[in-house]
Amino acid sequence: MKIAVLLKWVPDLVEELEVDDDGIGIDTDDLKFKLNEFDDHALEEALQIANDGDEVVAIAIDGDGTEKMLYTAIAKGASSGIRLTGGSNSNTANLAAGFATALDGGNYDLILTGVQSVDDLDGQLGPILAANMGLPCVSVVSSLNVSGGVATVTKEYSGGIVAEFEVDLPAVLGIQAARETPRYAPVSKIRQVQQSTDLAEKSVSGSSTSGTIITAMSEPETGGGAKMLDDVEDLIEILKGLGVS
Amino acid sequence: MAGIMVICEHLAGEFSDITFEMLDVANKIGGDITAVTFGSMKEKSGELGIANNVIDAGGDTEYNPESYASGAKAAVESNSPSIILVASTSMGYDIGNPLAVNLGIPLASYCTGVSSDGTNHEFTSSLYGGKMSVTSTAAGPAIALMLAGAGDADAGRVSGSPSLSQVSGESLDRVRFKQLIEPDAGDVDITQSEIIIAIGRGIGGKDDIEIAEELAEVIDADIACSRPLVDAGWLPKSRQVGKSGMKVKPKLYIALGISGAPEHIEGMKDSTTIIAINSDENAPIFDVAHYGMAEDLFDVVEELIDELE
Repeated sequence: MKIAVLLKWVPDLVEELEVDDDGIGIDTDDLKFKLNEFDDHALEEALQIANDGDEVVAIAIDGDGTEKMLYTAIAKGASSGIRLTGGSNSNTANLAAGFATALDGGNYDLILTGVQSVDDLDGQLGPILAANMGLPCVSVVSSLNVSGGVATVTKEYSGGIVAEFEVDLPAVLGIQAARETPRYAPVSKIRQVQQSTDLAEKSVSGSSTSGTIITAMSEPETGGGAKMLDDVEDLIEILKGLGVS
Repeated sequence: MAGIMVICEHLAGEFSDITFEMLDVANKIGGDITAVTFGSMKEKSGELGIANNVIDAGGDTEYNPESYASGAKAAVESNSPSIILVASTSMGYDIGNPLAVNLGIPLASYCTGVSSDGTNHEFTSSLYGGKMSVTSTAAGPAIALMLAGAGDADAGRVSGSPSLSQVSGESLDRVRFKQLIEPDAGDVDITQSEIIIAIGRGIGGKDDIEIAEELAEVIDADIACSRPLVDAGWLPKSRQVGKSGMKVKPKLYIALGISGAPEHIEGMKDSTTIIAINSDENAPIFDVAHYGMAEDLFDVVEELIDELE
């Protein structure tokens, strides 16, 4: 089985976000980025289901963080990494166009990606890519088993209810959570991979416009609802007022 | 003006709250409203009284991503709406996104608001885990994936007798529904809890959950959490509050180290009293909380335990 895992570099929300001078994007100077956490789950799930002889290929559009994402994926157990040059990661439409070109003709049985990312305003990558490629897709997948060209997946609804589906391969799956916490690759291992492994390169062309145009970005008004308390004594008074003690 | 289409969501034979929220949003935008149902839900079209028309798009009553997306496309093609509202949910992701690609029209995700003059639309979206509010525009037919909370479900729940018509999408079977799996009951049913202490990423490590449990014992609360703690395997799924977890309405909800991503807020916003403690004073959780403290949660919790014990 050949499995592609699509990776995206996103701002780390632990950081404080600020609007840039143009007022339509976030200020990325000094901002820390990381692998989209759902993509990390997609990679983990791919590594979990891969048996001997299966191939797990990590793929990312060239840009900041691409080498780090791909070398880390290989250090975790991916068979290879492909850097896509000439594409754009500026929105989901562009990502999907680039990935579709790269995946076409690659004979992948499964294409896994994170269910969503923190900035995918123009749509979630999995279903957009699947529609571009004419493949079936299930999003918000939290368990996956493959047997005889069919994937059995669970898709999370709300209220803790999940639905089980069978999906004919090849298919695209938007992964919500892997069966285990994504593994950690030590820095020494990543460095070793970096020195001993060459990333494949593939040129992808074409950008696709998303059709929605961002005209403003702002921090939502915070504290609007909450009465902010300065000390714990005030909090205790409120708790006691609510009958909690 | 060209109309607004609402792609209705249902589960277990009932329209979901998000369906009525979207009808309320559509009603506030104004214009001719068409609701699209699947499977046997056409029989309940009387519940969709805000809509002028209901289109039955066929398909099985159990959700199927491919056939619902195809049915929705047939409905759009028969009706030519200017805006199509789809739920920003697990089901909606696999309808709205392929619909946008297959119709070649723009889509805005995570919408908390939509306005339109019939041709030009403005969407307000909650991005970056709720830390940024983004305004975007599109002209011509466009899709909005609507977040729970964007509309008022009660206001959207109006009986009536919309006209009913029918379209059919392609019959596809690459994705096949097998069964619904109800959540494990777990040791505690947090949907029944009167007091909940919910912990998020800010708790730091697995061992630090202990201090929250200690406070829970003192004030007779149940422990719940946000998604990352379940993904990390620190707490069972039955304790997860949010979009893909439980929806809770306790008398008191104390959020410790939870930033307040839209997915979490969806599951707890209806709690009677919400108290949030988070060291980041800009955390979106303070928007929905009634009381907030922008302090280190460990300092606050330790003091609370000492004082209340």
